[in-house]
Amino acid sequence: MDYFIELLFSGLTRGSIYALIALGYTMVYGIIGLINFAHGEIYMIGAFTAFIVATVLSIYGFPLLAIVIIAGVAAVVWAASYGYTIEKIAYKPLRHAPRLSPLISAIGMSIFLQNYVLLAQTSDFLPFPRLIRDFPFMEPIAHIIGSTDLVILVTTVVVMVILTLIIKFSMIGKAMRATSQDRTMATLVGINVNRVISMTFIIGSSLAAIGGLLIASHIGQINFYIGFLAGIKAFTAAVLGGIGSVPGAVLGSMILGLTESFATGYVSSDYEDVFAFSLLVLILIFKPSGLLGKATNQKV
Amino acid sequence: MKFTASGRFFSAAACVMLALSAPALSYGADTIKFGIVGPHTGDLAPYGLPTVAAAQLVIDQYNAKGGIAGKKIEILKEDDVCKPEVATNSATKLVSSGAQIVLGGICSGATIAAMPIYKNAGILAMSPSATSDELTASGNYPNFFRTIAPNAMQSPAMVDFAVNKLGAKKIAVIHDKGDYGKPLAEAAKAEVEKGGKAQVVLFEGITPGAMDYSAIVQKIKESDADTVIYGGYHPEASKIVSIMKKKRVGAKFVSDDGVNGDAFIKVAGEDAEGVYAAGPQDNADNPLAKAAKEAHKKAFNSDPGMFFENAYAATMVMLNAVEKAGGSTKLEDLKKVLQSEKVDTPVGKISFDQKGDAIGVGFSMYVVEKGKYVVAK
Repeated sequence: MDYFIELLFSGLTRGSIYALIALGYTMVYGIIGLINFAHGEIYMIGAFTAFIVATVLSIYGFPLLAIVIIAGVAAVVWAASYGYTIEKIAYKPLRHAPRLSPLISAIGMSIFLQNYVLLAQTSDFLPFPRLIRDFPFMEPIAHIIGSTDLVILVTTVVVMVILTLIIKFSMIGKAMRATSQDRTMATLVGINVNRVISMTFIIGSSLAAIGGLLIASHIGQINFYIGFLAGIKAFTAAVLGGIGSVPGAVLGSMILGLTESFATGYVSSDYEDVFAFSLLVLILIFKPSGLLGKATNQKV
Repeated sequence: MKFTASGRFFSAAACVMLALSAPALSYGADTIKFGIVGPHTGDLAPYGLPTVAAAQLVIDQYNAKGGIAGKKIEILKEDDVCKPEVATNSATKLVSSGAQIVLGGICSGATIAAMPIYKNAGILAMSPSATSDELTASGNYPNFFRTIAPNAMQSPAMVDFAVNKLGAKKIAVIHDKGDYGKPLAEAAKAEVEKGGKAQVVLFEGITPGAMDYSAIVQKIKESDADTVIYGGYHPEASKIVSIMKKKRVGAKFVSDDGVNGDAFIKVAGEDAEGVYAAGPQDNADNPLAKAAKEAHKKAFNSDPGMFFENAYAATMVMLNAVEKAGGSTKLEDLKKVLQSEKVDTPVGKISFDQKGDAIGVGFSMYVVEKGKYVVAK
């Protein structure tokens, strides 16, 4: 039974990691129907920014909490400005082009950003500072769930709740939903669609940056390539849960994380990806729009 | 060293060239021509230049005594920059300028490319550093010898250390499913089962680059393993050891030379403490190694570099063989001496087996202590 609980929490941690990135994918898709392949790179850039800021601050001897907050804010601001700029440069000019064009543009952006960081920084693995120390009260259950795992889990839940509230009740949230339902109609009733889309990218990128900080300090290492692998898994999770749906992204991530964890625990880690993707295929056969996705008649 | 072979085409082409140029071969009667090949310029020069220094030191000693059988030893140097396509040219050049024995190559890939040329010319070649299994295990190169342990000896070294030194009883063997890690892990598993002193309780491959390894770490804990043997590179190894620490899994971590390096310690930080990794044999206690190092300091006013001791040993055993064979450099005569006679060298007292691997040269195990790899006692 202990083993089951341990695997359960391993799966939840992994799921939360995926969820923090998957939320950005799903929001952008929900608004403009674009799969933003550069989103994984935004996560990577967030992690690098946090790494640079945290390293510099720890040289000057700042207290840990101050480092976490300043590095977090810096990562969010930096990554959000990247997200904003990417949308303006790579996606906005293609808004009325066939669907395939922005997709290719997104893949190009992803490759560009990877190589940019590779050249501007390094190809080596860098040790990410342990920003989250072990909490003393966690010690009795540290073998089941670690302190960083807990922080990631809690952050994911909090972020999901706040995001849902924003989308449900705030002005910008309402504007987002209107834009998502019918962009032309939204423009006609006076919604500044460009602003809404920019906001979506800024929020999604900020989440990715927070994810970058937390996940990197959980794993303890970063390099220029982490965004690609994270992006693929998070994108899978978003599709699983129903791309475009915020709770769906979290649900899909958790299911993906748990499947991988239990597959490793009870079968073999050689097959964790096989199980994860078999599940994806299975769910998409019976629910083509994902678990919580809305069925649409749109031709893709 | 793990430079891969890709020069078969070139070696074949060079063989043809060699066959055409064969009549031009001439053997100097008054000197013994000692070829040295390896990277002497470029990125990998630090691997090749210490070998030149080592050979120079040993040969100077012989020449000071009047050479072998009345003949002085003459050095012929060729730079192959560790590239297979260049190595075939270097080998052809050495052969055509009359080299009778060759020290080198340095990198496995370049050495494999050059070997057919030395083989056709009937020249003994000895490498201080090429570790590819193919060079000896394939049996294709009867004229090849080396004074470094082949890759295949690594797993037995890891298992022997885990079982006999650390007293492991239950071993979890983990690998990264890659070309380097998986064969190592499979060999380690077979070795543990053959030994019978310990059992393999878990054998699994992980996905490199995955974001979190806590599930596999929980599985290691559940398997009740007291030792983990890992085949793979350092990024995954450092993730696993730090999650093991986080999940309070106390099993010891034993790995390969893909983990033996400063990059691992830099990334894993304090979690690296107590991790064991295989690496090239440590000769610090060998008196001949100390003497060779002193001689290098005296002659060049600096510390020797990579593979210096292995190259020193190779030069010693080759010249010893020439001496015992009465000045002959014929492959058959030299092989007989190399395979029958033990010679005291900086890498230990060595002779050679039928395949050309040195008996008595192996891997050492290292452990991370206070942020540095030191020899595990």
